[in-house]
Amino acid sequence: MATKASRTAARAMISPSVILLLGWMLIPLGLTIYFSLLRYNLLMPGARPFVGWENYEFFITNPAFTTALINTLLLVGGVLLITVIGGVLLALLLNLEMWGQGIVRILVIAPFFVMPTVSALVWKNMFMNPVNGLFGYLAKGLGLEPFDFLSQAPLASIIGIVSWQWLPFATLILLTAIQSLDSEQLEAAEMDGAGPFSRFFYITLPHLARAITVVVLIQTIFLLSIFAEIFVTTNGGPGNASTNLTFLIYKESLLSFDVGAGSAGGVIAIILANIVAIFLMRMIGKNLDA
Amino acid sequence: MARAVTTQRKAINTLIAWIVGLLIFFPILWIFILSFHSEGDAIKSPLEVITSTWTFESYATVQERSNYFRHFWNSVVISVGSTVLGLIIAVPSAWAMAFVPGKRTKDVLMWMLSTKMLPPVGVLLPIYLICQNLGLLDTRIALVFILMMINLPIIIWMLYTYFREIPGEILEAARMDGASLREEVIYVLLPMAVPGIASTLLLNIILAWNEAFWTLTLTAAKAAPLTAFIASYSSPEGLFYAKLSAASIMAIAPILIMGWFSQKQLVRGLTFGAVK
Amino acid sequence: MGRITLDKVTKAFGEVEVIPPLDLTIDDGEFVVFVGPSGCGKSTLLRLIAGLEDVSSGEIRIDKQPATHLPPAKRGLAMVFQSYALYPHMSVRKNIAFPMKMAGIPEAEQNRKIEDAARVLNLTDYLDRRPGQLSGGQRQRVAIGRAIVREPAAFLFDEPLSNLDAALRVGMRLEISELHERLKTTMIYVTHDQVEAMTMADKIVVLQKGVIEQVGSPLELYNAPRNIFVAGFIGSPKMNLIEGAEAAKHDAHTIGIRPEHLAASKDAGEWKGTVTVSEHLGSDTYLHVTETGLADTMTVRVGGEFGVKHGDTVFLTPDATKIHRFDAQGLRIG
Repeated sequence: MATKASRTAARAMISPSVILLLGWMLIPLGLTIYFSLLRYNLLMPGARPFVGWENYEFFITNPAFTTALINTLLLVGGVLLITVIGGVLLALLLNLEMWGQGIVRILVIAPFFVMPTVSALVWKNMFMNPVNGLFGYLAKGLGLEPFDFLSQAPLASIIGIVSWQWLPFATLILLTAIQSLDSEQLEAAEMDGAGPFSRFFYITLPHLARAITVVVLIQTIFLLSIFAEIFVTTNGGPGNASTNLTFLIYKESLLSFDVGAGSAGGVIAIILANIVAIFLMRMIGKNLDA
Repeated sequence: MARAVTTQRKAINTLIAWIVGLLIFFPILWIFILSFHSEGDAIKSPLEVITSTWTFESYATVQERSNYFRHFWNSVVISVGSTVLGLIIAVPSAWAMAFVPGKRTKDVLMWMLSTKMLPPVGVLLPIYLICQNLGLLDTRIALVFILMMINLPIIIWMLYTYFREIPGEILEAARMDGASLREEVIYVLLPMAVPGIASTLLLNIILAWNEAFWTLTLTAAKAAPLTAFIASYSSPEGLFYAKLSAASIMAIAPILIMGWFSQKQLVRGLTFGAVK
Repeated sequence: MGRITLDKVTKAFGEVEVIPPLDLTIDDGEFVVFVGPSGCGKSTLLRLIAGLEDVSSGEIRIDKQPATHLPPAKRGLAMVFQSYALYPHMSVRKNIAFPMKMAGIPEAEQNRKIEDAARVLNLTDYLDRRPGQLSGGQRQRVAIGRAIVREPAAFLFDEPLSNLDAALRVGMRLEISELHERLKTTMIYVTHDQVEAMTMADKIVVLQKGVIEQVGSPLELYNAPRNIFVAGFIGSPKMNLIEGAEAAKHDAHTIGIRPEHLAASKDAGEWKGTVTVSEHLGSDTYLHVTETGLADTMTVRVGGEFGVKHGDTVFLTPDATKIHRFDAQGLRIG
C-alpha cells in the first residue's frame, strides 16, 4: 500500500521523532567527546585549553578506574548469573500446575515495579542494618554475630539488592518463553523415553536459549548504568569498594566538577555499552524479519 | 501439558511456589507492615512489631513534615507528561513505519533503538551543563523532555509492533471510503489500537516513574519526584523505619498496581517484541 | 457512469516490472473479471485502478476524466476486500455509514440509505452488532453494503469469496450477480477461481505475469482460447494438450481437447489407454487415463456412471469439431 502521496506523508510523519532522536544523540555525544579533549573544570574558571588524550590518560591511570571497571564487571556478571539461573528455576516452578498461580506470579514480579531508591533503602535499613535490620535479628536469634553487610561486603550486598529487582524481569520473560513451548514436543520426547532431566536439557533449555540471550543483553544494558542503588546505599564506598563506572564518572563530574575527566569516562562508558548493544541489536534485528 | 496432575503433586507445587513467592515479595510486605506502626515499635524485633498496635500516624507524619504530595505530583507530571508527549510524537512515526514500510524502515527502527543503548552517564555532563545554562536544573520541564527522549524509542517500538498487527486492508478500506490521512488515523487506526496504546502508556509511565538517574542528578528540592524524595531518606532519616516505610509504600503503590495490570504487555514492551 | 480506461499502464516495484504496458477498456455497467494464477498481477491491477498503488507510467481514466493522480478517496470507486476489512470497533450501522460520514452526507439521508442497504442485504437485524459477532457471509454482506451506499462509479472486488467455505461461496456468487443485475453498475472482480470468472463475468480478462492473455466473454474464452495458457486455465477439468505426431496430423504443434469432448468406450475408439483412477461424481465420471502414447495423463469426462476400474483398458474418441490447434509459439491456429 504505497503511493507517492502516502510515502510523502510517511516521511513527514516520521521526521519529528527522527530529528528529535538525532539531536538527542548527536548533540550530547558531540559535546561529551569535545569536553573530553579539553582541560575543563567548573571550579577553575578561565581558559579551557585543548589537551588531547590527557583526560583519558588521567581517567584510565586513576587506580579507581581499574577498581570501578572490575566492580562493574562483577556487578553485571553477578546479577546476570543470579537472575538467569534463578529466573529459569522460577519460571519452571511457576509453569507447574498449582492453585493460585496468578497470585504467585503477581508476588514474584512485584519487585520489578519498586523504584530503585526505595528497594535500595529498604534493603539497606530494614534488612542489612546490623543493629535493627531483620538479618541482624535473625543472626542474633541463631546466636551469631550480626554482619554489617554494606561495609563488610558492599559489592556483594549491592549485587543482592539489584538481583532482587531484576529477578522478576528474567522470570517473566522466561516464563513467557516456556509457555510458548509446544507441549506436544515434550510429550513426543517422553514417548521417546526421555526422563525429566533429559527433557529439560534437550528440549526446554534449547527452547529458552533465545529468551535467555534477550534477558542477558537487555539486563546488561541496564546493569551497566546502575546508579541509584549505589547512590543511596554505600555512596561507592567504603573507599571505592562499590564504585562502578557509572558512579565513578558521576563522582568525577558532579562531585569534583572535572568536566574533562568526566567526559572522557563518559566516552569510555559509551564504547563499552556499544559493544553489548551491537549484539543485542543483531538479535532484535533478526526478529524483525520473522 | 494437558494431562491432569495428581492432587498431591499439585499441593506440593502450590506449597513450594507460595513459599518462594512470599519470600520474594517479603520486603514489600514488610515495609507495608512497618508503615502501620509507630516509630518506636518499628525498630523492635520482628515478633514484637507484628504484635504491637497498628496505626496510621506515619502516613500523616510523612505528609506533614515533607510535603509528600508535591513530590508525588512531580512524579505524576514527569511520568505522565513525558509519556503522553512521547506518544503524540510516536504515533505518526509508528503509523508510517508499520503501514508504509520502505527499504530503510528497518534501519531507522534499529537506529532509534540504538539511541536507547547510550549509557546516560555518557551524556550526563552535556545535559547537565545545557540545563544549567538554560536555567532548567531542578525543573519539571527538563525532566519531562529528557525522560520523553529516553523512552521515545520504546514507545515507537511498542506502537510499531501493535500497529503491525492491524491489517493494512482496513486502513485501505478507510482510504477508499473517502477518509483523509488524518481521518484514517483518528477514526480507524487509533480506536483499533486502543489496547496497544494503553499498554504502551502504562509501561512507559512505570519506566518514567521509576527512573532514577536523571531524576537524582538533575533535581534538588523543587522538581524532585518521588525517586529523589525517597533518596533523601538515605542517611539519618532512613533510621525512621515507620516513616521511610510509609513514604515508600505511597511511592510504589500506584505503580505496583499499574504494573500488575500490564504484566502481559510488559514482556513484549521490554524485549522490543523479541519475546512475545 | 463507470467507464474505465487504462492506457499503456505499467507498474514496477523497484527494478521488477510486474505489469508491462497494458491497455484495457471497461464499459459502463460491465461485470469484468480479472482472472489468473496467483502472482499474475491481477490484484495489483485492481489496486492501480483503486489508487492504492501509483502507476509507474501510463494513464487511467474514469468516466473520461483523468484519474491517474487522484487519491483513492477522489476516484468515486468502492472496494470490497478479501478480508472484508470491516472496522472492528464500529457497529454494522457505523461501518456502512462511514463512507457517507466522510462525504458529509446529512444524517437523515445516511439512515435512509443504511436501511435500504440493510434490507437488500438481509442485514436489518444485525445493524447494531459488531463485525466480530457476524458470520463470514454476513461480514461479506456488510462490506458490500458499505460499498453500495457510496453509489460508486464502479465496484472493485478483490477475491471477495476466498475466505468463505464452499457452500457459502456459491450463494454469495449468486447474490453478487443479482446485485449487478439490479444496480447495473460497473463491477471489476478479481479472482483466481476460473469457475467464478465463468459464472459471473460479462467479460473475462485472463492475466499471466502482468500480461493480458485474452479478453472476451466466458464462452469466447471457452470456445476459442487464444493460446495454450488460456486454454489450460479456462475450463474444468483442464483441457488435454497433445504434442507430437498426433498434433502433426492436424497441422499443429499442439492440439487440445477438453475432457467433455472425448467419448469413452470399453470396446473401440481412436485412442487406447489404461485407466489409473476413475472418480465417480454421480452426475459425471472423470477418468484419468495413461499409456495413450499422447500425453502423460488424459482426463475424460463421461456423463453419468461409467463402470471401469484401475487397470481397465478404455478407448477414447475426440469430437473432431472441438479440437483446438496451436502453433509452436502456443498461439491458436484458425
